[in-house]
Amino acid sequence: MFDPAFLFAGVLNGLLAGGIYVLVAVGLTLIYGVLHIINFAHGSLLMLAMYAVFYLWRLIGIDPYAALPVVIAGAFGFGFVLYRLLIGRYNHGRDENILLITLGLSIVIDNVALLFFGGDTQTIDVPYAGTFVEIGAAFLPLPKIISFAASLVICAALGLYMAKSDMGKAIRAVAKERQGARLVGIDVENVFAVSYGIGIACLGAAACLLMPTYYVTPSSGHAFVLVAFTIVVLGGMGSFAGAAVGGFIIGITESLGGLFLGEQLGQIGISLIFILILLLKPTGLFGSKA
Amino acid sequence: MNRAALLCALGLLAALAYPLLVPNYLVTIGMLVFFTAFIGQSWNIAGGFAGQTSFGHVVFFGTGAYTSTILQVTWGWNPWLAWPAAMAAGGAVGWMIAVLSFRAGLRGSYFALITLAFAEVFRILANSVPFTKGGLGMLLKSDPRPINFQFKDPIWVYYLALLLCVVSLLIAWHLTRSRFGARLVAIRENEDAARALGIDVFAEKVKVLTLSGAMCAAGGTFYAQKYLYIDPGIAFGVDKSVEMLLVSMVGGAGTIFGPLIGSFTLMGINEVTRWLASVVPALKNVQPLSLIVYGIMLILIVARLPDGLMSLFRRKRRHA
Amino acid sequence: MLEVREVSKSFGGLKAVDRASLDVAPGEIVGLIGPNGAGKTTLFATIAGFHRPDAGTVTFEGKPITGLAPHRICAAGMVRTFQITQPFAGISVRENIMVGAYLHTADRHLAAREAEAVAGLVGMKDQLDQRGADLTVAGRKRLELARALATGPRLLLLDEVMAGLNPTEIVEIVGVIRNIRASGVTILLIEHVMQAVTSLAERVYVLNQGRMIAEGTPAAIADNEEVIEAYLGRGAAKVLRA
Repeated sequence: MFDPAFLFAGVLNGLLAGGIYVLVAVGLTLIYGVLHIINFAHGSLLMLAMYAVFYLWRLIGIDPYAALPVVIAGAFGFGFVLYRLLIGRYNHGRDENILLITLGLSIVIDNVALLFFGGDTQTIDVPYAGTFVEIGAAFLPLPKIISFAASLVICAALGLYMAKSDMGKAIRAVAKERQGARLVGIDVENVFAVSYGIGIACLGAAACLLMPTYYVTPSSGHAFVLVAFTIVVLGGMGSFAGAAVGGFIIGITESLGGLFLGEQLGQIGISLIFILILLLKPTGLFGSKA
Repeated sequence: MNRAALLCALGLLAALAYPLLVPNYLVTIGMLVFFTAFIGQSWNIAGGFAGQTSFGHVVFFGTGAYTSTILQVTWGWNPWLAWPAAMAAGGAVGWMIAVLSFRAGLRGSYFALITLAFAEVFRILANSVPFTKGGLGMLLKSDPRPINFQFKDPIWVYYLALLLCVVSLLIAWHLTRSRFGARLVAIRENEDAARALGIDVFAEKVKVLTLSGAMCAAGGTFYAQKYLYIDPGIAFGVDKSVEMLLVSMVGGAGTIFGPLIGSFTLMGINEVTRWLASVVPALKNVQPLSLIVYGIMLILIVARLPDGLMSLFRRKRRHA
Repeated sequence: MLEVREVSKSFGGLKAVDRASLDVAPGEIVGLIGPNGAGKTTLFATIAGFHRPDAGTVTFEGKPITGLAPHRICAAGMVRTFQITQPFAGISVRENIMVGAYLHTADRHLAAREAEAVAGLVGMKDQLDQRGADLTVAGRKRLELARALATGPRLLLLDEVMAGLNPTEIVEIVGVIRNIRASGVTILLIEHVMQAVTSLAERVYVLNQGRMIAEGTPAAIADNEEVIEAYLGRGAAKVLRA
């Protein structure tokens, strides 16, 4: 029914989108793995970072890729402070409570964005947006390829940081055994705040990589939040490898779903995967704990 | 007669007299307060009493709205007959989601997220299948006669919403005094202990979500009959889910009057922000402003007042 | 009354309970002791339906109940308490106990009356309106007892009701347990501390590393070499004798 070349292009496009999803999901899974909280505000914070990228370009003329260091640093700081001021104070007790608090946070962020930025769809016109690269039978936009590569580099750097740096080791120790970590003298609250900050910094990076080809509206967060949760659940809550593989699977699912089922019905794949994984294998592909 | 019963009777009298004394605009606001309290109560029964927090309750609302609308538009049913059918459909969807999720052992945040995903699946389906007319939405023919569940005078819609609200209060009241309700609370407080004490946790949770789904679907039909138009975004959009959760949480989850107080509060905030917007030209966007206040209230309530605004009343009473 | 035969339960390769058997006759108080991590709580949870055993059978009053859901087992007349107390924190003591009483009546007034009666039996009469969350450790232990008792069981499985209590409180709760038995309820209790058991139980089972290593009167058990070694380590019995 479908030309293989068409399919090939669909898979490639999905992989490219998946590369950025990985970054979004890694942030979410890091926060879950270390703090054991589900950050429902993840999508809204991504949207906020996307607006930051947009306004850096619009007001000062900074290219989205050049904005990476600034936005990553800003997002980290924002996340760190958010944890210290709000999340960290209620990061205990029933797990629904923190879910509700992050839901409240997302409502506030979405509507603050609507209030200040308006409801219009905003895009960035980068000069290289129209440049295409031919791979096999597929024509792929250059910025998508750049973003894909950048995302992988950032993920690898984060992996290296987690493996080698002292803070990375502390984070992994806290994720495994927070009481034990506390006993050996790790400042667990600080590790929590840093982890949350890194999770949000991942969103900052993702925002820079998304903006050259994507648009932002105050409701952009909604579009991403379920995608991010699906990836994380698919890969296994708290698993980095899972987030990576899950990101690509979801990217391809979305792309092929759009091809075969059409723009509207195509989105159903993600929600269905989410439901099926939770019902059938809640530990996901790489998760160890339920 | 004790004081609480007296207060309820006075409140009901005031609610009955209210639309006779105010302009139509305020009648409609009153109607919205009771309607939102009603669908909020449907959330509260599952989310508040039984502790099964749902982020996708709109799935029942939309099922009700679409079922009664399709039955009328496509099959020529009378809306009064389509109403119970819509409730049955909502109950069936509640039953299905409960059986699937609770069989799989989903609790807490996971249950909340899977309900969100179910609502999303329904929204996308309603957007894509032919019998819902997709994204175009469905129009009900305007023919305002009581036999058609359409009313010329908003006062009748108001009284119907009030009736729904009173029925939902009675259901919640019953939960506070019945074995079923006690079991739901036990499940909310501690599932393992509930199980050890002989409660069939799975069966009770399925029962409550079925009931909640049927109630919420009744609200969906009411909404469709009032506005004579639904589309996938209205019927299955995340906003309504959040609204139901908000009014219950803000007013006091797991309390009889929580959703009603929450609904009053939110509608009050709405009106205040609307007024602010008319005075301060810079605040021309009203909707986001009130939602910002809701979001902040949700955070404050969860963090500081887990029993919602109701606990303020109760605390006062205890001191008195 | 209760027959446990060759029950095994493992978690991911670790045998928590290994072919354990025990019997409880009507009217008895039977103790189940063993060092930390012996598998006592796992065995209890398996008997009460919280875990499905990998092998073996559980029979209660002649009916097989192996692998039945906890609520079915409770309805059959056997109820457990939790070592780590699990109060319904947000509701009153009265409402907590009523949840148990609702097992056999749907009538609210009857359930409330029973809750008050049971509260009297365990010495919680003055705490009926306190919230579950506001109770002391001793209060929570009593509440565990009261709720279980309110279901009207014929066999009560008590998981370390004395752990964490001070000597005075232990004396009180021992009295409560004796009263419960006197009212016609058979009792199987887990204790970590041997002394607590010897003052209550007529017969004692000893579980070590998932296996039943001894059974007998408290006095006989206290002299059993294998038991002493289980508690104090290999060779301890000889040292003590010397």
